[in-house]
Amino acid sequence: METTIAGKNIAVNDEGYLTDLNQWSREVAEAIAQEEGIQLTDDHMPVIEYLQEQYKNEVPLSIRKVGKSGVVDIKGFYALFPGGPLKKASRIAGIPKPASCI
Amino acid sequence: MTETPKKDAKVKKMMLILSKATIDNVYAAFILANGARMEGIEAEIFFTFFGLEAVQKKKLEHLHVATVGNPAMHIPTLLGGLPGMEAFATNMMKKEMEKLDIPPVGEFIEILEASGCKLWACKLAVDMFHLKREDLVDEISDVITVGDFYTRAEGENTHLLFI
Repeated sequence: METTIAGKNIAVNDEGYLTDLNQWSREVAEAIAQEEGIQLTDDHMPVIEYLQEQYKNEVPLSIRKVGKSGVVDIKGFYALFPGGPLKKASRIAGIPKPASCI
Repeated sequence: MTETPKKDAKVKKMMLILSKATIDNVYAAFILANGARMEGIEAEIFFTFFGLEAVQKKKLEHLHVATVGNPAMHIPTLLGGLPGMEAFATNMMKKEMEKLDIPPVGEFIEILEASGCKLWACKLAVDMFHLKREDLVDEISDVITVGDFYTRAEGENTHLLFI
């Protein structure tokens, strides 16, 4: 389905995750972050870029991997995206919801 | 696609009690606690009786899967009792878990602490096994009583789970 995010028509699934990463932009990310109760800052961007990179390389994501990425540690990841970091960060990054239990 | 439950029915806090030291039980508790934190749900673990082995510095990397009295192993009980059998089965299991990106026990405890999961040691069990605070990993917040743990469980939509 399509919805309007940051004044643009964006394709999303029923949980609000982008279905086409090409439609992603910083403005879209900011709008989604706001919905999730997060004020996007420059500190969030390296994490979002890391997640997008992993997605493009088809690497399954987990909290442990993010913690070992060198981009952010686990405590920092929870602090940047409170209340479900991997899910929220993935949604803001415009990638599918990770199916990870770890 | 499962139906999303009503917002006010959402789980807010998971209080897990770990009473066993077999590695499969320890991982069950850790994965449930970590999974809760990943969903924005509060999580706490109360380590009691043999569960305390999972947070003892000297023991946590030496936990085993049970090869005797465990029908899920599908090997004869007599074979399961042979020397080295538990270590062998445990190593096989650990290799499979590493493939799935499941961390070793020590690293898992660090991840839980970093995610904001509270870890408590049961006072009665600590006394019974003659343990000192320094025998336990630093990530343990405190040694508390059952009553303390129940007090922490107060509030709506808290769930307790005994493992």
